[in-house]
Amino acid sequence: MENLSFDVAHLLAGGLVLVSFTLLYQNRMTGLINIFTLHAIVLSLSVAWQAYSQHAPHLYLTAAIAVLFKAVIIPLSLQRIMVRLRIHRDIEVVGGVGMTMLLGICLVALSLVVMLPATAAADPLAREDLAFALSVVLLGLLMMVTRRNAISQVIGFMSLENGLILAATGAKGMPLVVEISVAFSVLIAFIVIGIFLFRIRERFDTVDIQELDRVRGGRR
Amino acid sequence: MPLTVTLWSIGALLGVGALGIALASNAAASRVVYGLCFGLSIILFVAAVVPRSAVALTASFPLGLPWIGAHFRLDVLSAFFLAIVNLGGAAASLYAIGYGAHEKHPSRILPFFPVFLAGMNLVILADDAFAFLVAWEFMSLSSWALVMAHHHDAENRRAGVVYLLMASFGTAALLMAFGLLAGSVGGYSFADIRDATHGPSWKSGLVLALVLLGAGSKAGLVPLHIWLPLAHPAAPSHVSALMSGVMTKVAIYGFIRIVFDLLGPPEFWWSMPPLTLGAITAMLGILSATIQSDLKKLLAYSTIENIGIVFVALGLALAFKANGMALPAGLAFTAALFHVFNHSLFKSLLFFGAGAVLNATGERDIERLGGLIHFMPRTAFLFLGACVAISALPPLNGFVSEWLVFQAILLSPSLPQWSLKLLVPAVGVALALSASLCAGCFVRAFGIAFLGRARSTAAKSAQETDLWSLSAMSGLLGLCLLAGLIPSYLIDTITPAAKAFVGGHMPTQGGIPWLSIVPIAESRSSYNGLLVFLFIVFSAFFAALIVRVLGSNASRRGPAWGCGYPDPGTAAQYTGSSFAQPIRRTLGNVAFVARDHLEMPPPGDTRPARFGVEIHDRVWDGVYTPILRAVDFCAGQLDRTHFLTIQGYLGLVFATLVALLLVIAIWP
Repeated sequence: MENLSFDVAHLLAGGLVLVSFTLLYQNRMTGLINIFTLHAIVLSLSVAWQAYSQHAPHLYLTAAIAVLFKAVIIPLSLQRIMVRLRIHRDIEVVGGVGMTMLLGICLVALSLVVMLPATAAADPLAREDLAFALSVVLLGLLMMVTRRNAISQVIGFMSLENGLILAATGAKGMPLVVEISVAFSVLIAFIVIGIFLFRIRERFDTVDIQELDRVRGGRR
Repeated sequence: MPLTVTLWSIGALLGVGALGIALASNAAASRVVYGLCFGLSIILFVAAVVPRSAVALTASFPLGLPWIGAHFRLDVLSAFFLAIVNLGGAAASLYAIGYGAHEKHPSRILPFFPVFLAGMNLVILADDAFAFLVAWEFMSLSSWALVMAHHHDAENRRAGVVYLLMASFGTAALLMAFGLLAGSVGGYSFADIRDATHGPSWKSGLVLALVLLGAGSKAGLVPLHIWLPLAHPAAPSHVSALMSGVMTKVAIYGFIRIVFDLLGPPEFWWSMPPLTLGAITAMLGILSATIQSDLKKLLAYSTIENIGIVFVALGLALAFKANGMALPAGLAFTAALFHVFNHSLFKSLLFFGAGAVLNATGERDIERLGGLIHFMPRTAFLFLGACVAISALPPLNGFVSEWLVFQAILLSPSLPQWSLKLLVPAVGVALALSASLCAGCFVRAFGIAFLGRARSTAAKSAQETDLWSLSAMSGLLGLCLLAGLIPSYLIDTITPAAKAFVGGHMPTQGGIPWLSIVPIAESRSSYNGLLVFLFIVFSAFFAALIVRVLGSNASRRGPAWGCGYPDPGTAAQYTGSSFAQPIRRTLGNVAFVARDHLEMPPPGDTRPARFGVEIHDRVWDGVYTPILRAVDFCAGQLDRTHFLTIQGYLGLVFATLVALLLVIAIWP
């Protein structure tokens, strides 16, 4: 039983990293949102499994919150925003997929190298979880850096948050309050960014960040 | 008990600062505040000098950082420095009762003056790194506020900026020094640092360098001295006296506390930086003073010279202590502390005199003074006395301490290291030269400002200063004379500190007949100030008597010979810059790249001929200009980061994060 719990947690956390990789090269807007939904579902499964194996019922609530907000409300709203902005058929130019994937692999390797020696004293489940969580965070950051579209950046940011929640639930005894606040912060960030997207669109007719830089007078 | 009284009095000083704010609009405010400061300083002085057992008194309060608290400790060294600080504080307060009445904006000074006194007292009492640094910064900031009291003058504002920068830099250096001393365990109380095992040699060297930067920047060690001649004259004169005469001593206390107490047993090479820097400081300080025509700037530069002398003596004490030579180490240490005491007396007195002149004439430039001995005879006499003391002429106190420093230098051939055997005599020569230049400098300062004829109407209409100021100055001169006549008691007061900090001390001087002082042995050298004083008094008396008896009573007044120059105007007198010219031409060439320019129009041209002097500050050009340029360059480069794209900023965050993770991964 002990082995099974470890294996399933390992499988789900690894799945989350895999979905993060899929996010990295996805260039269709609709596809991106769908994969983000998958990301959120894998996360909530992983959290639910942690709740089961740690006998911590409050984590079920966290999983439910994750499913509700990240797998339902946010993707639906993003879908609506895209339809209203009429960009749901757009294809974003993602340069150098191979290079980005290679970088992503290096980041996963780095987080394993950093985390495994640093948490030598912790129990193996938490160690693996933390290493995967750090990978998800770094991949989310990588996505934010490589993408130019504002919506892809929002999604990158939220996948980063998912990594944080994975880390928070992997460690035993994390209070529920923190998770709720994290979920709400994501929601608020989403609302704020959504409003800004509309504003930007009203002003500049595009959500391409390069256009914003040109308006601000940035140097290239 | 003395520690309790001391801490309560410091608290009361802070309260007086608050009272200063409340009373600021009142006419009698300055008398009340300075009077209270005087009383509290006297209490603090008595608490410091009252005889007690040699055991250090400690107290701690749950203030400051929660797991450290604030520790205070009164031991022999802090008692000695407390006495100096509060003697200077009492004199400055007494002087300010009279001087402060002329202040146009007392509300800018009254709240900060008592707080400044309290800050200096707290630095000396602090017994953990946190309390020390907080008190140190407290002292710096309150004195900065006093420097900025007359901020309508652009020069004062510049002085304030330079002072603030140097003070922050010094505190940062001390912070890092304490960080190194506390180590990774983080024992920040001085008791923990003393007990800790001492780190490797490079670490002690680094701490020494940081302390020299931190304490040296406050004390005025070259090349960190640049703020002194700007900030000390900018403050009101009683504050200048405190900053120059007392605050620099607090910096020396910090150096002694860290290097002699906390850093563990010294190695011989520790002595070299203080010795070399001290000699350079002494030379450069007195040369700058000699060519200076602003009276208060001149005094500030002279402070730099005296700090150099003290650091040389401390360097010698380190060298002797490292070689286990207890008696010479005690001698050098005693000389350093004695000079610290003496300098605090006569430098305060000189600044008081300069303040009295400034009040009476509104002038700080000695080229526009002159003949003041006729209008301010008492001030002139007291200023002359201080000039004699600082020029190290017997029988006043300046001679005794400088003589002790030279006695210690003469013992240097017995040091085993050849590098020190060669270095110390060279340092001694530099000190001897600066001592003689110092005498010349003060002959010039006194002669041009007080003798001759008045060079401006302001100088002609000068009035004698008030009784409060005169009594403060007379008290200090009396102490100077007393310390010169019976130095043996003062040396015996320093003995416990020397015993505790360098392991050795001079032989007890109290029992030697005729109040002589004998540093090492009777056969080697001894000095008797009382005898010299009596000789001077009697020989002068008899000379006057003989002239009176043998000479003729008939007197004749005739015109003074004008050196063949027909213009009898006051501008034809000897001036300060003409007095300084030989020094400027000989030594100034090297020290300041001084150049004289004579612009002579061709025959037939009616323009007047012009004579100009060009002086460069080598330290400013060589050290500070490149630093400023580098800061400018870096700022220009970093300015580009203001114009990155959003992806660029995210990329910066990402790159930093990955780089830090890589460091963790690679670090063993």
